[in-house]
Amino acid sequence: MAETLFQKVWNAHAVRALPSGQTQLFIGLHLIHEVTSPQAFDMLRQHGWRVAFPDRTFATVDHIVPTDSPRRPFLDLMAEEMTTALERNCREYGIHLAGPGSATSGSPATEASGWSDDQGIVHVIGPELGLTQPGMTIACGDSHTSTHGALGALAFGIGTSQVRDVLASQCLSLEPLKVRRIDVDGRLAPGVYAKDVILTIIRRLGVQGGVGFAYEYGGTSVDRMTIDERMTLCNMSIEGGARAGYVNPDETTFAFLRGRRFAPEGAAFDRAVTWWRSIASDTGALYDDRVTIDAASIEPTVTWGINPGQSVGICEALPSAAGDPAVDEALAFMGFAAGSRVEGTPIDVAFIGSCTNGRLSDLEEAARIVRGRHVATGVKALVVPGSRRVGREAEARGLDEVFRRAGFEWRGAGCSMCLGMNTDRLEGRQVCASSSNRNFKGRQGSPTGRTLLMSPAMVAAAALAGKVVDVRSVLDEVPA
Amino acid sequence: MTAKSAAGPVLRVTGRGIPLRGDDIDTDRIMPARFLRATSFEGLERHLFEDDRATRPDHPFNDARFAGAAILVVNSNFGCGSSREHAPQGLARAGIAAIVGESFSEIFQGNAAMLGMPCFVADHATIERLQTLIEQTPAIGIDARVDSGAITAGALHLTATLPGPQRDAFLSGQWNPTAMLLDRFEDVRAVAARLPYLNRFEDVRK
Repeated sequence: MAETLFQKVWNAHAVRALPSGQTQLFIGLHLIHEVTSPQAFDMLRQHGWRVAFPDRTFATVDHIVPTDSPRRPFLDLMAEEMTTALERNCREYGIHLAGPGSATSGSPATEASGWSDDQGIVHVIGPELGLTQPGMTIACGDSHTSTHGALGALAFGIGTSQVRDVLASQCLSLEPLKVRRIDVDGRLAPGVYAKDVILTIIRRLGVQGGVGFAYEYGGTSVDRMTIDERMTLCNMSIEGGARAGYVNPDETTFAFLRGRRFAPEGAAFDRAVTWWRSIASDTGALYDDRVTIDAASIEPTVTWGINPGQSVGICEALPSAAGDPAVDEALAFMGFAAGSRVEGTPIDVAFIGSCTNGRLSDLEEAARIVRGRHVATGVKALVVPGSRRVGREAEARGLDEVFRRAGFEWRGAGCSMCLGMNTDRLEGRQVCASSSNRNFKGRQGSPTGRTLLMSPAMVAAAALAGKVVDVRSVLDEVPA
Repeated sequence: MTAKSAAGPVLRVTGRGIPLRGDDIDTDRIMPARFLRATSFEGLERHLFEDDRATRPDHPFNDARFAGAAILVVNSNFGCGSSREHAPQGLARAGIAAIVGESFSEIFQGNAAMLGMPCFVADHATIERLQTLIEQTPAIGIDARVDSGAITAGALHLTATLPGPQRDAFLSGQWNPTAMLLDRFEDVRAVAARLPYLNRFEDVRK
């Protein structure tokens, strides 16, 4: 019978049906970080449980670590405490940690001796190291774990009690999801990126349209996407309510994985490809729902409200309130008049980074736009690479200098201003053009701060102009 | 009440209610990220909805009439966004033992279940009636039954649902599944032993 990738991977990992009717699902790869794991380790200790498969858990630090200075101890005492707790837990339970070591000097991105070369945002380093592979089940105490689906894995964001469960048993108790196939067909126009595609999908299907579903992305546009682009797409599945999102593995996936540190080698790689092909959705597989999106209809997209579904194409007008309390609340919080335009909105901060758009290709595209220009007066602009490897590769291409000369701060790797857990936060009612994933009230660290989500290229263009602009007008003037 | 630490059946939740109106209330609003800067969940109840409460003096969690409530009544897509368990932990530590709403984010609903906190679902009209009733009569006692989904508040009788497996787990006391997941560990090892990627893909045939 024709099956979806979801069904095949789920069945391959199902241990048994639990008495409750849930499925005990084996988790092939567990990723942990400093913020949602310490309580889980404490629960293990309370019960005297061991870590069942320590070599199937991989740890890093990303959420709270500073990205402005790598020196230990961190000036932020809580960052130091949470990092130390993770180091202690990983040592005690024999878990590999790509951590900050004990650097006492050095500049943020590459020269910090002592930091693991592999440290970075958990959803950037998993694929980068080849830890993330097709056909795996992956869990992490972070909702953007859906990112890993870009390589054909089933990846679930979980809470801390579930982190405890995976540590103790390498399993989760879960219910299967339905599968919605989303075909994005046709060609994206220049200046339109994977970020615009996923913002459009969320706007179209709603922020809770995906509850109960995994999103399977396909179609000619997705077929042509790089793994980086597919990660942007899968990353924000959760913003549409879908706990998981994935793309069937194909030649692009296999080429991406070949040679990565934790990917199979030699003959094992060839055997792996055979298996990876076999777990892709079959032609004729039945889906619980199907949606088609016309790629050519997508414009550069910007959020105007307080959830990621509240967005418009750059040429569109904002909705008129018309008595919808959700629209009214969002417009009031953001300070937009009903029916006005987001283009031209002055910004205070420009943030390029995050697990959504903090990879090398994102930085390259942004750098192409800012090269030889300068950030507008009064705008604080920062680039936070998604991982130390991304940072090093960008530096090898001279991108750090491009950004610095243009007036951007060039940082070390971490989540930083996506969620404002370290010292990078909006202040007061500042407006931030952000390549991240959430525009919730208070998300970027100030209870009244305002976030406009957009592609990294759009953030770069906004940083230069000091206001939201259509990146297509800027791209006309830059070399390809 | 503090978060339950040991499994036991959750058959019904009784207590007073607190209505919180609005769709898409995300976990950043329930528990802003700066309060995740700690290695334990202790004290999170103090920061529940902190920013919303600061900007809205009439926020239900500022309202003394609802102090000590055990049943939170919300609208749609409650708990969307971040998977932070700090959100349901804060609610549980503030005394919330069950939530009734139009819909929930899956991760939030699962996290709440792991704490023995059922998230009942009912339609928009039903939720509105319950919210209005509690606003008018904050002292009214509410009884929510896990087995049937029957919710009684004074003369008001409503029906709500729980996802079947969650309901069964509450009733059997197996909502905290770790022990169950460890129960037949040889089965777990058997799955690990046959997964191609844990075995150098050795048994994969062309």
